[in-house]
Amino acid sequence: MKDFGYTVIKQRTIDYDQFDGRLLNEVLQMEPSFKVCLSCGGCTATCSANDLVSFNVRRMNLLLRRGETVELESEIKKCMLCGKCMLVCPRGINIRNVIMLIKKSILKYNPVKS
Amino acid sequence: MKHIVIIGGGIAGIETASALTDAGHWVTLIEKDAQIGGKLNNWSNLFPNFTPVEKITDELKEKCRRKDFSILTNTEVNSVLRNKDKFSINTSDNQQLEADAIVVATGYELFDARRKEEYGYKIYDHVITSADLEQLFKSGEKLTVAAGKIPKRIAFVHCVGSRDEKSGNHYCSKVCCITGVKQAIELKKHLPDAEIFCFYMDLRMYGKHFEELYREAQEKYDIQFIRGRLSEASEKIDKSLLIKAEDTLSGRPLKMNVDLLVLLIGMEAGKGTAAAATSCSIGCEESGFLQTADSFLQSNISMQDGIFLAGSCTAPMTVNDTVLHARSAAQEVNNYLQKTR
Repeated sequence: MKDFGYTVIKQRTIDYDQFDGRLLNEVLQMEPSFKVCLSCGGCTATCSANDLVSFNVRRMNLLLRRGETVELESEIKKCMLCGKCMLVCPRGINIRNVIMLIKKSILKYNPVKS
Repeated sequence: MKHIVIIGGGIAGIETASALTDAGHWVTLIEKDAQIGGKLNNWSNLFPNFTPVEKITDELKEKCRRKDFSILTNTEVNSVLRNKDKFSINTSDNQQLEADAIVVATGYELFDARRKEEYGYKIYDHVITSADLEQLFKSGEKLTVAAGKIPKRIAFVHCVGSRDEKSGNHYCSKVCCITGVKQAIELKKHLPDAEIFCFYMDLRMYGKHFEELYREAQEKYDIQFIRGRLSEASEKIDKSLLIKAEDTLSGRPLKMNVDLLVLLIGMEAGKGTAAAATSCSIGCEESGFLQTADSFLQSNISMQDGIFLAGSCTAPMTVNDTVLHARSAAQEVNNYLQKTR
């Protein structure tokens, strides 16, 4: 068949009704300090990995809260667990523990992998 | 005649004293410093319309001259003892004052920016606070950095010592956002060739004419606002500063070299307010500011009968809010004294 270049474009809208909050809830339950992130970006500014690759700690919060688990899983591998972000965080979030918790639980909830 | 002792001779104390004198009471104002006027004496111009501070302080001091109330400067309160409806107050120079009511107007202290070591205040040469900048405006001196150079690029950091777990202050200091906008405009007027940036987390332009000033800063003065909290500053060999933040709206880390860094420091309850809380046996909130009986209808009422609260000893406050809070404190004292007559 002749290829006219048409494809089905995936909707960009965040469909909150499709949101699976299980991973988020599990992380927040184990590390409640993560609830108070105010997206200031201090963590990302000081991040050692972030200078070289596109790793954004602040964005992890958003990915988690919007159910973007596929992207989250690949993002999280970039963290070296140095903990500098925790020295800067104005809300005192235990960011390293958040990363570890996501690493531990993400396979359970990632629809692509399971 | 009823006697009221007011602790603290800043704007809240003076305004309360003046209103209570008008109401026909005998008032004694106790001030720990050599002169009255409080923190306002160290400021240059007020937001949002650049009113010179002297316009306010002169008027307040004139009220003190015109009205008949006693002012004890260089004096602190040692202890307060209650005997039924009367209070007996012992001062640092061993005077004994008898009072029917007390107004606590001990105000605030500025956050000590050295506690945010990562920004390098008092470590690096060209990191200053908003208070230092006001002093500079007041002195009329020219702003220069290393080797007499005129700064070309200046950055303001919002929320220094406020909304920050690491500083131990969870609350918002309310006045720094608009102070930053005001000072950025003033600096731009001084140094028209300079580039000026404000690094903020949220801009809280809640007051009358605040939002308009923010707009003016963008429209007329080309002040640039970047949403991101500074993680650190470091000094380079030429004494300029390398600052790091995330530009959160573009989602990428950002670094920038600046000639001068201004830290917008917040308010803390401070030693004077803590001492008043102890001597008057009134409670403090977690923030260190004084507890009020209720935040809506009784914001001047302390947890002790006959002891009232005025101004920024209860929460961070603008000059306008402080004046209004002081006037309502006077009203509450008046009501109370009528009841106990």
